[in-house]
Amino acid sequence: MTQSRWLPYALLAPAMVFLGVLFFVPLVQTIVLSFQGDAGFGLGNYGKMVGDLNFGLSIRNTFLLVLTVIPLQVALALAMGLMLQKMTFGRDVVLWVWTIPLGVSDLAAGLVWLALLQNTGYVNSALFAMGLIPGPTAWLNSETPVTLFVAVVLAEVWRATAIVLVILVGGLQLIPKEFAEAAEIFGARPWTRFVKITLPLLKPSLQSALILRTVLAFEVFAVVYALGGRNFPVLVGEAYAWQRDNQNYGVAAAYAVLIMIISLAATVFWLRVLRVKPEVQG
Amino acid sequence: MTATRRLVFVSGTLALCAWVLVPIYLIALGAFGGRAGAFKWPKEIVPSNASLDALMLFVKIEGVWNAAVNSVIAAGLTMLFSIALGAPAGYALARFSFRGANAFRLLVLLTRAFPLAILALPLTVTFIRIGLYDTPLGVALVHTALALPFAALVTASLFTGIPRELEEAAWVFGCTRLQAFRRIVLPLALPGIAAAAIFAFVISWNEVFAASVLTVRERTLTAYLLTVLAESPLHYRFAGGFILIVPSVLFIFAVRKYLFAMWGVSSK
Repeated sequence: MTQSRWLPYALLAPAMVFLGVLFFVPLVQTIVLSFQGDAGFGLGNYGKMVGDLNFGLSIRNTFLLVLTVIPLQVALALAMGLMLQKMTFGRDVVLWVWTIPLGVSDLAAGLVWLALLQNTGYVNSALFAMGLIPGPTAWLNSETPVTLFVAVVLAEVWRATAIVLVILVGGLQLIPKEFAEAAEIFGARPWTRFVKITLPLLKPSLQSALILRTVLAFEVFAVVYALGGRNFPVLVGEAYAWQRDNQNYGVAAAYAVLIMIISLAATVFWLRVLRVKPEVQG
Repeated sequence: MTATRRLVFVSGTLALCAWVLVPIYLIALGAFGGRAGAFKWPKEIVPSNASLDALMLFVKIEGVWNAAVNSVIAAGLTMLFSIALGAPAGYALARFSFRGANAFRLLVLLTRAFPLAILALPLTVTFIRIGLYDTPLGVALVHTALALPFAALVTASLFTGIPRELEEAAWVFGCTRLQAFRRIVLPLALPGIAAAAIFAFVISWNEVFAASVLTVRERTLTAYLLTVLAESPLHYRFAGGFILIVPSVLFIFAVRKYLFAMWGVSSK
């Protein structure tokens, strides 16, 4: 059939054209824009970006967040995934409840935790009832950077652990039960079985989850804004501010390029660290 | 399992359920509590004078209703575009082996590991020039770039799951390729396609950055909330957050069966 020669290309073409126009073109535009300044082509925007007071802070804050949130999420999601495997009753309901945050936007998650952590919020009320604080207490302003950081971490772990969980549960289901059973017969303890069997076989899923989550974590923005405004600068927040408040598209583009490079580096990092041998690939 | 371990296991499970559900319950209290509720001290965990009025008051603020409508339009269009463009691509990936198939897969995976929303920054300039700036359509186009890779991968795995033989049998009985697709494959794939569509809707409904950058007056709900965040009173913020959460939670419930097809490792 000659039809099947061109048909797949015809079917792919619309998607390809679309991604070309709305992915590749803006990608190139961003890079070009970041080098374009008032004084012609050059590194001016990057100079402005690095010279800004918030630059160092936003780099530090974003990396601190990623390095804190990602390990917590993976550990929590792994624990939840293993619990689901053991569950004999109500598994579907529990899985549904645990994946609810999948539908919650980062902005909404920030607002949820604002309701809990604001001065007269529920957490303060609980602390007050326990006699730990004398009255309404502020945790989320520029004088309390540590608690503001903790609040962002809580909101991020609350919201985005679900996506890691879904990917890992998908991976856990692919691991044949016989492996663990065989190991058990040979006397392997649960921890040994986890480290020697589950973890290595889960590597492809772990890799997907980590790439996806790390890239998204470097884009953290709305959660932070909802909780603390600009008291806690992060990279995407700065890009947003340069574009919206300062109307300086060049510096915003420089931030965008920086975020893209970091995301790319993170992806390459996980691809290398958790290299999946072809024969193991699911 | 011994009784103690069983107890630990069950209470751990319940604690994690509470970890997810209690914050949602509390923002709901905030949304229905109004101004008095937001500043009440100390708070109570049971609703006192919760009423729909507080939420209605929020919806009646100038701009909120318009923003919600814009969100629905943008999300609806995103849903439409990503299925219209993604499903044929998914079908091609599932049914044909051809040169370039792997390159396309790679491209799709690449976009997934990429901070796509950031690309809205240069698009502002282009969109102003061609009149797409500050329209739900412009927002939907960028959101489609986010949702399309998912739509293509999900539909590819759906079509792979439908035996090729069914289609071939239809051809034998004289159906054209299109007829066979419409009468045999489509009905079987429809629930999964619906799930992918709903997922695209949620992606757009929840997206903050691109929507905020690409709109000024015709804001989506997320963009509206983000820009008025600093000056709006607490109870309005809670109402906004709550309104954002409700539809997505319902949608996730509707697509729960397909979550694993959407997020599985299988890039094939």
